[in-house]
Amino acid sequence: MSKHTLSVLVENSPGVLARVSGLFSRRGYNIDSLAVGPTENPLISRMTIVINVEGHPLEQVIRQLDKLVNVIHITEVIDNKSVQAELLMVKISATPKNRFDVEAVVETYEAKIVDEDATSITIEATGDTAKIADLLSALERFGIRELVQSGLIALERGSVTLSERTLSTSGIPIADGVQADYQN
Amino acid sequence: MSKAMNGATSLVKSLESAGVDVMFGIPGGAILPAYDPIFDSSIRHILVRHEQGAGHAATGYAQVTGRVGVCIATSGPGATNLVTPLADAAMDSVPMVAITGQVPSAAIGTDAFQEADIRGITMPFTKHNYLITNPDDIPRAIAEAFHIASSGRPGPVLVDIAKDALQKETTFEWPTSINLPGYHPQLTPDSGAIADAAALITQSSKPVFYVGGGVIKANANRELLQLAELLGAPVVTTLMARGAFPDSHTLHLGMPGMHGTVAAVTALQKADLLITLGARFDDRVTGKLSTFATNAKVIHADIDPAEIGKNRYADVSIVGDVKETITALIPALKKALEKNRPDLTPWLRQMYSLRSSYPLGYDAPADGSVSPQYVIERLGKIAGPDAIYVAGVGQHQMWAAQFVSYEKPRTWLNSGGLGTMGYSVPAAMGAKVGAPDTTVWAIDGDGCFQMTNQELVTCALNNIPIKVAIINNESLGMVRQWQTLFYEGRYSNTNLESKRVPNFPMLAEAMGCVGLSCERPEDVDKTIEKAMSINDQPVVVDFRVFRDAMVWPMVAAGTSNDDIMVARELAPDWDSQEL
Repeated sequence: MSKHTLSVLVENSPGVLARVSGLFSRRGYNIDSLAVGPTENPLISRMTIVINVEGHPLEQVIRQLDKLVNVIHITEVIDNKSVQAELLMVKISATPKNRFDVEAVVETYEAKIVDEDATSITIEATGDTAKIADLLSALERFGIRELVQSGLIALERGSVTLSERTLSTSGIPIADGVQADYQN
Repeated sequence: MSKAMNGATSLVKSLESAGVDVMFGIPGGAILPAYDPIFDSSIRHILVRHEQGAGHAATGYAQVTGRVGVCIATSGPGATNLVTPLADAAMDSVPMVAITGQVPSAAIGTDAFQEADIRGITMPFTKHNYLITNPDDIPRAIAEAFHIASSGRPGPVLVDIAKDALQKETTFEWPTSINLPGYHPQLTPDSGAIADAAALITQSSKPVFYVGGGVIKANANRELLQLAELLGAPVVTTLMARGAFPDSHTLHLGMPGMHGTVAAVTALQKADLLITLGARFDDRVTGKLSTFATNAKVIHADIDPAEIGKNRYADVSIVGDVKETITALIPALKKALEKNRPDLTPWLRQMYSLRSSYPLGYDAPADGSVSPQYVIERLGKIAGPDAIYVAGVGQHQMWAAQFVSYEKPRTWLNSGGLGTMGYSVPAAMGAKVGAPDTTVWAIDGDGCFQMTNQELVTCALNNIPIKVAIINNESLGMVRQWQTLFYEGRYSNTNLESKRVPNFPMLAEAMGCVGLSCERPEDVDKTIEKAMSINDQPVVVDFRVFRDAMVWPMVAAGTSNDDIMVARELAPDWDSQEL
């Protein structure tokens, strides 16, 4: 089992999410998370897809995805060459007795308290997958009553942008294990 | 100059601008506005009897002409009846555009009368599809649809148009360019990959050309012939590639796969190099994948990068149009062979020995009845290599692939990937429309024929004189064969009783065709000749054949190609072969 994060530029057109999710489902690829939203270009949306490629080579997944006419560009995001974050909101049980302990955890993880009442505290946090997982386990002892989490989003470090590279790349370079760009 | 008109007229103008000369369809409520301008159009519209017939006819037309086949239907059931032909065209990479009417845009999503989300339904097996609600988008969508369907790896594209978009006023302007930022098929192969391929070929002493339908799609048969003769290596042509390389050529070992020849199957199994051209390592060719061609390196040339490495690792992958690929490979290989030409004689001798030891064959039925293989073999001989043969799916399809000699591309049509029973009659109709001066024989089973024969009415009324050979073994023959082999002869629901009902010649006559019947071996030739002499009407021949004939050789599903059987419980005598 290996996890990969793909940044996918797609045309901002109706049905494109259904095309992408349908492809993953009918070919038996596992999506861990999928986040989609607008970009600096109103005609283009960006998806960040975290996939588990057990039994399906990453290249095959990317090439199938690239066959969708609305998919413009796919890049694999490498962990140490990118900034990544997901958003977490979690509601925990809180009593006047443990409120101080909760605040200490919140501070350690640079999270913030966004709502509270007599019996609960709602915490919002952003960070990469590992940080969010650590925060959740630190909060577990207080009793997690409800949680909601977004998919991961990621952006490569440095000044190069995906949309710039999209315009400058052509052909289908074969993955060399470092960074694969696909445009077809 | 843009002109004011309604969306329906814009649609018909768009189709005319895309070069459409014929389309197959049936009107209905949502598509009705389009049928008014169709009435005045130069496009020939053929009114079919079932939308599935329209879809397969478009496929048959496309397969024969290389042009985009077009079908048109209304919303809801009209559109869902196109689902099978669209899936079929996707599997066999057939360029096709389907136009469907949709309920008015305000009604979409309300479960309106005859509403079906055909765009959603067809997403998995169209190359792309559209839902148009703004009439101004019609010309662009049609232009893109034809471009996508016919370029790169061909495939079906569906354009669903809301009724109000057909009715509203718009202006028509045919786009001069197409802007699809996510669609750039790579046609020209990478020169480094070509050099690698040439180098690998010169290191091989047991190479085989594994030729798929892509060679026919790319019109690369002449180039293939040149390449094969340059290297002098054996060639196998898959079910989709029959006709891509002449059957009469010495280097041709026949069809590989589940019902392939012993020589073709063994050539792939024992090769040290597969030169794969426009083929996709389908399970019907590879058998059990882990045991397929275990000692072979693979050169895989395909227009679709996703096919490369999908089922089998490629040592050299070449993405590009296969005609361009072969054209580039020929000089590269010529140069490489000048330095190092491997001796392929021992390999060829082995393969030729297998070919002569295990030719395709069949036994005459002991009861004196007509052998189905004999009918098909005689049909191929009498109609000859210029005729077009269109099969349904099942035993008759395999026999038609085996016992007709194909010399030219686009003379053999069948539903290879999806295995659509009922493909034959409507696809033959489309083929005849695309090639009106060519003899078109539908070779159909009695089961298949009963699924789509209504299109013979369309043929009779529209001067489309196809010929249909029903290979009537009164069974779902291939299923019955599996029941014989794997279910102890328990023939659950495969007995169609089609020698009793229906009366096929009478059914044919009722549909405006000539109906003939043949049940004695000595009558086969004269019945075929009689059918060949009728050219102003469709002809249907009921060949009442031996029921228990089976398709051999056979590699049972899920087993290794090494376990090929030449007849029931009879493996080739490998010990007598030097392999």
